[in-house]
Amino acid sequence: MATEVLLAKTITICKDCPIKTLSEGIETAAEYDTLRVKKGTYKEYNILVDKPLTIIGENFPVIDGEDKGEIIRIVSDQVTLDGLFLINVGTSYTTDYAAIRVVKSEYFDIRNIVLEKLFFGIYLEKSNNGRVYHNKIIGDAVDEYNSGNGIQLWYCKNVVVERNIIQHVRDGIYLEFSDNISIKDNTSTDNLRYGLHFMFSNDDIYTNNTFENNGAGVAVMFSKRIKMLGNTFRKNWGTAAFGMLLKEINDAEIIGNTFEENTIGINIEGSNRIMYKNNSFIQNGWAIKILGACYTNTFTLNNFLYNSFDISYNSKLNDNVFNKNYWSSYTGYDLDKNGMGDVPYRPVKLFSYIVNKTPETIVLLRSLFMDVIDFSEKVSPVFTPDNLLDSSPLMKQIP
Amino acid sequence: MFKILKYSFYDLIRSRWSYVYFLFYLVLGFVLLFLNNDVSKAVITLMNIIIVLVPLIGTIFGVMYYYNSKEFTELLLAQPVKRSSIFLGQYLGVAGSLTLSLVLGLGIPFVLYGLLRSSAIFDFSLLLVTGAFLTLIFTALSFNIALSNENKIKGFGYAVLLWLFLAVVYDGIFLMSLILFKEYPLDNFSLIVTMFNPIDLSRTLILLKLDISALLGYTGAVFKQFFGTSQGFIISLLMLILWTVVPIWRMLYISKKKDF
Repeated sequence: MATEVLLAKTITICKDCPIKTLSEGIETAAEYDTLRVKKGTYKEYNILVDKPLTIIGENFPVIDGEDKGEIIRIVSDQVTLDGLFLINVGTSYTTDYAAIRVVKSEYFDIRNIVLEKLFFGIYLEKSNNGRVYHNKIIGDAVDEYNSGNGIQLWYCKNVVVERNIIQHVRDGIYLEFSDNISIKDNTSTDNLRYGLHFMFSNDDIYTNNTFENNGAGVAVMFSKRIKMLGNTFRKNWGTAAFGMLLKEINDAEIIGNTFEENTIGINIEGSNRIMYKNNSFIQNGWAIKILGACYTNTFTLNNFLYNSFDISYNSKLNDNVFNKNYWSSYTGYDLDKNGMGDVPYRPVKLFSYIVNKTPETIVLLRSLFMDVIDFSEKVSPVFTPDNLLDSSPLMKQIP
Repeated sequence: MFKILKYSFYDLIRSRWSYVYFLFYLVLGFVLLFLNNDVSKAVITLMNIIIVLVPLIGTIFGVMYYYNSKEFTELLLAQPVKRSSIFLGQYLGVAGSLTLSLVLGLGIPFVLYGLLRSSAIFDFSLLLVTGAFLTLIFTALSFNIALSNENKIKGFGYAVLLWLFLAVVYDGIFLMSLILFKEYPLDNFSLIVTMFNPIDLSRTLILLKLDISALLGYTGAVFKQFFGTSQGFIISLLMLILWTVVPIWRMLYISKKKDF
């Protein structure tokens, strides 16, 4: 094996070379060879990479699938793809054609790839210990039913998805049954459905990603022990749009994220034991909307700045803890100068309860009459849970 | 007309009340910014004040000025001057000086605190524009009331009632009707009802800037069309202009017919 690696040769592929296509190159190559693809357009599809190879594109050679189907399928371990430009993946209603599909392989490295006019982008299937790094995926999705996802992971483990840019596809990044995945520094914008979509995936961590202007934001569903750190969720506007949707999520950590100008910052359903810390909620319609069956969650040291509603809560029972947050609409005082307000803050307004019941009343937002009845509810809570309060609201914004 | 406008305007500018009003806004602006040190938060607080206080002061001031200058008005009426120019001049004098106090009183502290470098400048200008409109509308309404009531006490009573109705009671009735009829489609109804109250109208205009993300959360094509495009902004602004023109026209109409 060691000698094989040492003897690895480099095969050059170009229009005037003896080897003119990528498929031909893969066929002639021995294991652990390097293929150098020169600049040019190669009309190929269904390229099967069945041995450990390094395929490097020089100046982004174009591989045009001519809408006929899948472009590259990797079925071998230790394959590296670098610097290719793949376009025109076929669209099908029965098969999920992908620009690059990795099937049951390990130690793959897909980097610096540009994808355009695609159906599915990079599709990882039962593949572990790989990396998807610094790719650019720009789709042209219009309808949900005939578009695919940018990066999809299905039954994968220990994969790093880092520094990718994904735009205009259905779901930017989609994870299903994938554990121990690290998603870092990606930018997922203008997607039809979700910027990031988690299903049944545990122990994953995503940090410093930006999700902006997606159809419905980011959805994290039916997963355990997820860590979400330092991400930015912006401008997800519309009915049923949110920065982040949490559904049946347990034991997660949501720390240091920024939610800005979303219709709903975080929409929470049936999620327990989650730690929300050091997040900033800025100018959202609803910073946090809690819809039933959410227990022992902790909200601490968060900034709630100029949201139309800070918290919306639809049940009378509460055992979630709100402590030491900064609320821009807090009007209390701090006589003992310990940095915390002396009067508890009640983040659930009566008006948000009314809007939940009769949505049209939203046009009365910020009316004097509303302020009056909100005030009376604040003094003696009737409709909102009376123990849902921040007993030590901070006087100064957390930097 | 301009002579009378000039006279009323200078008379008011020199009066103590204009100064008090101006100083009130000046102090308010400074205090708000001093306490918050954040222009965008101050704009939100200011909105609450503008949509409540500006109409109240416009109404009270308008009625007060009319009754106070009644003798002078009667003197003018004896002169060969057109009635419309007398009343329009007086009206514009009052409304103009109030608007000036508002714009300068709030403008100065905000400009000093770096509004021009802040992103809130558009929100703030919109706030001042709606404030100016509210002054114009409510002064015109109060002139209408004063013209129709010889009795000062009655006139004041109606003016305060008008303000109370439009600022608080109207929204209460509006809310109750929305809750009562929630089984029915209410989008069009709620938007139309908003148009019939200048205070709600100005509130909507400001909401379009401050709370657009919440407004777009509501299901319904009518709302989406109204709030999601510039349509809402244009319609609200047109309605505000209509709200200004109609009371002024009625004021001139009554003044022409009235037997002094």
